[in-house]
Amino acid sequence: MLRDITLGQYYPVDSPVHRLDPRTKVILTFLYIIAVFLVGNLWLYLPVAAYLAFATWMARLPAGMMLRSLRPMRVLLVITFVLNLFFFSGAQELVRIGSIVIWREGLLNALIFTFRLIFLVTGSSILTLTTAPVTLTDGLERLASPLRIIRFPAHEMAMMMTIALRFIPTLIEEADKIMKAQTARGADFETGNLMARARAMIPLLVPLFISAFRRAGDLAMAMEARCYRGGEGRTRLHQLKYGRRDALALLSMLALYLMILLPGWLA
Amino acid sequence: MTQSPHLTLSELSYYYEPGAPAALDRVSLQIPRGQFLAVLGHNGSGKSTLAKLLNGLFLPTQGSVTVSGMDTRDDARIWDIRRTAGMVFQNPDNQLVATQVYDDVAFGLENIGIPPEEMPARIDRALEMTGMSQFKQHAPHLLSGGQKQRVAIAGILAMQPEALILDEATAMLDPQGRREVLDTVLRLNREQGITVVWITHFMEEAARAQRVLVMDHGRIAMDGTPGEIFSQVDRLRELRLDVPPMTRLAHLLQERGIPISSGVLTVDDMVEEVKRLCPSCLSS
Repeated sequence: MLRDITLGQYYPVDSPVHRLDPRTKVILTFLYIIAVFLVGNLWLYLPVAAYLAFATWMARLPAGMMLRSLRPMRVLLVITFVLNLFFFSGAQELVRIGSIVIWREGLLNALIFTFRLIFLVTGSSILTLTTAPVTLTDGLERLASPLRIIRFPAHEMAMMMTIALRFIPTLIEEADKIMKAQTARGADFETGNLMARARAMIPLLVPLFISAFRRAGDLAMAMEARCYRGGEGRTRLHQLKYGRRDALALLSMLALYLMILLPGWLA
Repeated sequence: MTQSPHLTLSELSYYYEPGAPAALDRVSLQIPRGQFLAVLGHNGSGKSTLAKLLNGLFLPTQGSVTVSGMDTRDDARIWDIRRTAGMVFQNPDNQLVATQVYDDVAFGLENIGIPPEEMPARIDRALEMTGMSQFKQHAPHLLSGGQKQRVAIAGILAMQPEALILDEATAMLDPQGRREVLDTVLRLNREQGITVVWITHFMEEAARAQRVLVMDHGRIAMDGTPGEIFSQVDRLRELRLDVPPMTRLAHLLQERGIPISSGVLTVDDMVEEVKRLCPSCLSS
């Protein structure tokens, strides 16, 4: 599969989740995020964890890849845990070290908040891992198109995202070329403190920006020559269709909600 | 019934801003349907401006441009004009919109509102005509310059145009890419009867056209068949065009009284001429 080979974190395998309509996946992710926020009891993370494991398995994603999505978050996770642990007071003393007390409620809260973050990040990464950026853009455009009534530029947003995706590799190549050209003339991008390095980026960024603007002008003219005149009256090559699979996916989400909400209602 | 010319310029003038020198100065020109016209000229001769006037990207300051009988100043017909006269630009990187070849060819079709069911057939055919079928799924940045230009041409062919305007489409390509693109366009002209306006500064390319136009200071300086144009070496040099070395050599030989024919452009042409004049010279 050569589609978007270098872009984003899309993991190109063929699975039922990959084949879901992108709109369904966006809606599911949205509902999942709400579900995670509804959980106020550690035990209720069990159905969430089960759901996440099920989705990962259905999507044929390696578990390691899911955990890797947490790496950029590790500092935030530690801070969340520590702050909640020490700055939350309750009724039941757990540990006392000098004047610092850890309360039972503090520990529970720390765990709930930390798990909430973990489940949010890993869960929503399923969306980007299983949906190619272009497909995702298509889905977002279609989902947002009712908002055109309130003048929300759904088509324009999607077009901007597509063009950005198209030009990221081109601009990376160009940045690389400029960097080599400037290095050949004695520019130094690698040594010095933060300020010196930031300043060293100027001879890279100025030509890159100038060229990006020229490209934008060229592209605008080429698009106009190819009869582009905004979203009005435009047809689309890729038609999105909801299928039985999408209905089943939404039903699975309903099951998750029942498992989370039922205990509260019964009690 | 005689067929009316396909692209017509009458008394066309264009100024980038009021008071600036004319980029085009009262140019009149008729291009018959199915012709392969090459436009030569040094930088600033007005040849690129001419291209952008042909499909209404620029509108005439004075005079008029008609495409298949439609005036480019007619706002109601502008999109019909642009789908009739498709345009390929110089920089292959700056005219592809989508992240995949197949989707990019669909871009123009989406713009003109073709029903989605009709698109795949048109896209496949356009890719086939440009020899890009096996690259359907490629991302544009993974293609060579010549391949990108062929995708750009496919994107226009899918709209089923009657004319193709190429504004120095080979200027940024390597020799291999130049040949690919020129061969593709020559074939489309021959097999599909598409009118071609090929703007270039490479004389070797212009030599393969049916008709050559030389622009200078916003005016038509020369207009004729490649043979007629390339025999006038002194005039071409006067117009600051780089005459290919073999053409110059042929010209110098002619001045010495050797009956070599005009219009020699490449080494191969020269070999043929020498063989003709002196069969024993190159027998080994």
